[in-house]
Amino acid sequence: MTLSVESLSFAYGPRKALDGLTFTLAPGSFTALLGPNGAGKSTLFSLLTRLFVAPQGRIAIAGHDLTRAPLKALAALGCVFQQPTLDLDLTTRRNLLYYAALHGLTGPAARASADEALATLSLADRADTPARSLSGGQRRRVELARALIHRPAVLLLDEPTVGLDAASRRTITDHAHALARQGTTVLWATHLTDEVAPTDRCLILHRGRLLADAPAATLAEGSTLTDRFLTLTGDPA
Amino acid sequence: MSRYLAALTAILHRELARFLGQKSRLVAALVRPLVWLLVFAAGFRAALGLSITPPYQTYITYETYILPGLLGMICLFNGMQSSLSLVYDREMGSMRLLLTAPLPRGWLLFAKLLAGTLISLLQCGVFLGIGYAWGIRPPLVGLVAVIPALLLVGLMLGALGLLLSSLIRQLENFAGVMNFVIFPMFFLSSALYPLWKMAEASPALANACALNPFTQGVELIRFSLYLTPNWPALGWTLLATAVFAAAALYGYDPARGFTRTKG
Repeated sequence: MTLSVESLSFAYGPRKALDGLTFTLAPGSFTALLGPNGAGKSTLFSLLTRLFVAPQGRIAIAGHDLTRAPLKALAALGCVFQQPTLDLDLTTRRNLLYYAALHGLTGPAARASADEALATLSLADRADTPARSLSGGQRRRVELARALIHRPAVLLLDEPTVGLDAASRRTITDHAHALARQGTTVLWATHLTDEVAPTDRCLILHRGRLLADAPAATLAEGSTLTDRFLTLTGDPA
Repeated sequence: MSRYLAALTAILHRELARFLGQKSRLVAALVRPLVWLLVFAAGFRAALGLSITPPYQTYITYETYILPGLLGMICLFNGMQSSLSLVYDREMGSMRLLLTAPLPRGWLLFAKLLAGTLISLLQCGVFLGIGYAWGIRPPLVGLVAVIPALLLVGLMLGALGLLLSSLIRQLENFAGVMNFVIFPMFFLSSALYPLWKMAEASPALANACALNPFTQGVELIRFSLYLTPNWPALGWTLLATAVFAAAALYGYDPARGFTRTKG
């Protein structure tokens, strides 16, 4: 398995944010992590990216235990955070090259990877544009291109379409699905059920616990995914 | 290039490019100590008589006395400014990008610390140049000898800034903490007046000044400028740097999780 989470628990003081979470993701799969606000999605992402460490449970990325071999595990991970993380004063390409260097890629190899990633996301003509001048959708695409520059085995996307228009949302969801077909393991956190394709595997997270784990079409049987999600979580989608 | 060096170079390059791209930041950083040097010192020259104390071998002007203190002031403000930018980076998310890089967190924080210190050094260089043109002229060799001292003091104050940034969760809280750190550190030090003069007014205050790591840093700069060893100041500055850096590293420990925010 490319990503494995075992009995993961985490609390902010007395409030449990994750409670015994267990799941695995197969190579080249697209999985939607659905949950209402406050379900524990961002906490899970913070633990997967080792922004903080859970006192209980185990995470393995591409076969590397995140506690015992954090650097190898993080090297196999790409992440698009919920918060914008572009340096607005730098150009698109320089943003990518900075990230590449943090992952040990420099010189011509880094430039080639950056240009390739930008071309894949139709941003080649924006390479020398300061990030500040890009639209919201373009900035998100740049963040996605940046997360791919070191060819990670696992790609995490934490509500990457928040605040974007329909066309930009479609572009980014389609690209994430294409990446999964090409072999990248994608975990896509969202609270928007319309971003989930019927064939996508769905993990429904609520109050730190996994309520459901099945393909979206199976979950939605006889109803819609939105209705099923609302029934399970009792929250508006 | 090793992964470590690649990341260090990238972080240094990014921080320097950002600093040089903000001309107003350089001007703002220099205006403060220049006002003290060119206006305040001129006004107080007559009021504050100074006796001959090491490392000076003759009577000196007040401007000459406060020059090392103002270099310390540049490092202090820059250290706090870097800390402020870390809090901002954390709120804005770019800190996440840095901390999730596949490198030891200590190394990534050291790179940030070094970048901030080099910016302090750059500002100090320009300030010393202006001071030299104004007629405040330490020995030329002293201008070289002071570089490692400034580097160490910059690291110490940067590490303090790093520590503060690990404790402050919101940008709004920063201004208050700055008032509790910058002003006491600067005024309870030998930057503007020698400790013996402070002791005349209050021995307790003079003791507090002597315990202040900023005083030790300023004295290290002062003695280095005049090519005189000051081992106690060096020792205290090294110790304070190590303590602040270790505490900052603890503050940023993922197991402790200062970055925790509700999610």
